[in-house]
Amino acid sequence: MPSMNMVQALNSAMDVMLTRDPNVLIFGEDVGFYGGVFRVTEGLQKKHGMQRVFDTPIAEGGMLAVAVGMGAYGLRPVVEVQFADYIYPATDQLISEAARLRYRSAGEFWAPITVRAPCGGGIFGGQTHSQSPEAIFTHVCGLKTVIPSNPYDAKGLLISAIEDDDPVVFFEPKRLYNGPFDGHPDRPARSWAQHRQSEVPEGYYAIPLGQAAIVRPGAAVTILAYGTMVHVALAGAEEAGVDAEVIDLRTLLPLDIDTITASVAKTGRCVIAHEATRTSGFGAELAALVQERCFYHLEAPIVRVTGWDTPYPHVFEWEYFPGPKRVADGIRQAMAE
Amino acid sequence: MDTVPPSSEPLRLHIPPHRSMPGQHPDFSYFRLPPAGGFQRPDIDAPASETHPLSNALIRVLDDDLAVGEWDPKLDPETLRQGLRWMMLTRAYDDRMYRAQRQGKTTFYMKCTGEEAIGVAQAMALLPDDMLFATYRQQGLLIARGYPLVDMMCQCYANARDPLKGRQLPVLYSSRKYSFFSLSGNLGTQFPQAVGWAMASAYKGDRRIAAGWIGEGATAEPDFHHALTFAAVYRAPVVLNVVNNQWAISSHQEVAGGEEATFAARAVGFGLATLRVDGNDFLAVYAATRWAADRARANHGATLIELFTYRAGSHSTSDDPSRYRPEDEPATWPLGDPIARLRDHLIRLGEWSEERHAALEKELTEKVRADNREAEKFGTLDQGPQFSAATMFEDVYKEMPWHLQRQREELGV
Ligand SMILES: Cc1ncc(C[n+]2csc(CCOP(=O)(O)OP(=O)(O)O)c2C)c(N)n1
Repeated sequence: MPSMNMVQALNSAMDVMLTRDPNVLIFGEDVGFYGGVFRVTEGLQKKHGMQRVFDTPIAEGGMLAVAVGMGAYGLRPVVEVQFADYIYPATDQLISEAARLRYRSAGEFWAPITVRAPCGGGIFGGQTHSQSPEAIFTHVCGLKTVIPSNPYDAKGLLISAIEDDDPVVFFEPKRLYNGPFDGHPDRPARSWAQHRQSEVPEGYYAIPLGQAAIVRPGAAVTILAYGTMVHVALAGAEEAGVDAEVIDLRTLLPLDIDTITASVAKTGRCVIAHEATRTSGFGAELAALVQERCFYHLEAPIVRVTGWDTPYPHVFEWEYFPGPKRVADGIRQAMAE
Repeated sequence: MDTVPPSSEPLRLHIPPHRSMPGQHPDFSYFRLPPAGGFQRPDIDAPASETHPLSNALIRVLDDDLAVGEWDPKLDPETLRQGLRWMMLTRAYDDRMYRAQRQGKTTFYMKCTGEEAIGVAQAMALLPDDMLFATYRQQGLLIARGYPLVDMMCQCYANARDPLKGRQLPVLYSSRKYSFFSLSGNLGTQFPQAVGWAMASAYKGDRRIAAGWIGEGATAEPDFHHALTFAAVYRAPVVLNVVNNQWAISSHQEVAGGEEATFAARAVGFGLATLRVDGNDFLAVYAATRWAADRARANHGATLIELFTYRAGSHSTSDDPSRYRPEDEPATWPLGDPIARLRDHLIRLGEWSEERHAALEKELTEKVRADNREAEKFGTLDQGPQFSAATMFEDVYKEMPWHLQRQREELGV
């Protein structure tokens, strides 16, 4: 089986779907001839033609609007928003239109759109290339939100997203494109090649939306994470020397609540880790769900390890980023009582 | 270094004036009425630039009750009578539903009085399966496509037969079967969606085109700009209509940027074809729409049409126009009433009469009354019955996720 990094795996997912389904189109800023600023669509226009993979004007709202119209026609547009930080001009079409269309038309029209956007920090991108706005979208009924953490999942989840008949916001942690990242910027960058999850079949396979993965079984504490923070959580657990169970949520909505509750019922402790700002972040939803369902199993308050409630600062990247040390501290806090 | 010229005055902020206040005489001095029949009709494959002078024109066909000039679509009397019938049906439907709202049978209603030529003539100029991305003020499109009035009423009554299951505000219709895209309450969003649908149709090698509508007020939204950009870049087979009915609730078209340039002129900078049309002239609206549709269908790209008209009624059942404009403004609107103008044309042709007109009016009022009785059998918003609240949780997603199932249980339905 070939070893792929995340860029190649995502590219392969789109290649597979362009080949399988003539209704799949790919467009966005610089995605055609150039293959995208992160090269995720590289070669797709050459292979599948200008009609199927093309550049758009710099208008995220316009991109999403035409995607809604195309979806109503019966196509499956896959739209690349160059950075998650630039998704905001598209939010009206996503929230008021794509997400509401099936409901308001009583099932007559729908928008089977996938919106891909590189998210997250760790690349010194400053406040306009580092954001994690997933909670804005999990708050919107009618949308699904997916964030993969490795090449194998990225391909299988992206294929599911494209095949899904509801609009899916698909965030790609850009720090993971070329290798796993455990939150230690001082250590040499690793490539995906040594990682088990970089073995990616060339052909079609789908990972259903709404299924979490237990990436490290453990008995002492449950860590809920997604995207880059899955790797950081593993490192944090290692550093805390605690037998943590690390769950990669993979899909935030629909959420795999059963895997979460089974784990917390077993460990009695829960740490939630995300890069996004804390207040009203997705961790708040997770904490609420866990206490609703596992209150009598909990032996300590739920701990959140998150980005600070500030814009993503440029020079303070590593003071801002919730790295393994902060995760380890969070674990110790959850273990203290 | 340059110095400030001594004569220069301090800067002044320009706020567009509010024309003709309540109690004053209507002021229509801001537009000039060119003679009917005065503008050339370019070939449908002409370069867009050939249409650009028409962005400052006003294409009119009806003159002194006769059809004149190159834009005369030369419709046969039967077609004209059909158009008249649908416009009158639209007006009768509006009047009935407006009253139903006053009677408390629904919460809200919006009429298109004075703008009937737009929905009706345009539906007739397009093909039945061209996809329509309308606003709430083109109910004439649905009516001229033969969508059952009873279904429209049931939607407004949110009753047990509401095609939209009580989920949408009254008048925000949707019908896949009639190629009428789900209306949004958010202004402008449907305009670039029409372009996307048209792009999809072109991608698939289909023959259907799309048409979008937007009010002149909402052209200020970025969606308008997106629609023009994408339509131009991808030569989308779409007819883009700006309905300039002078008013956006209480704001005059000048507040939307109509003071120094026409809305049709927006297309010039995008390199799109453009036409500016007397929206109360059934023949002109038909001819312009047909021109743009033929052009789009022949792969020559999109056209922006400004339909210059007047919102004769209130914005909706929620406002009182006498608070922001002279009460006689609708009656003195220089372009008249679209129904009266087509009626007079048919009479002048010897194809219609006052008697037949009065009889048709009566017949349609009766039809609407009967349809309304039928619709009310399925309930009204105030009296019910409505759909079961359990259906509230459906269609958020194709399949209901666990959290919605749980919330439905929590509601106990
Ligand atoms: C995005 C958005 N902003 C504001 C409103 C509230 N609103 C509803 S209709 C309207 C005026 C629209 O005027 P225009 O576009 O000229 O269309 P008309 O009603 O005259 O047909 C406003 C401001 C809305 N529905 N959506």
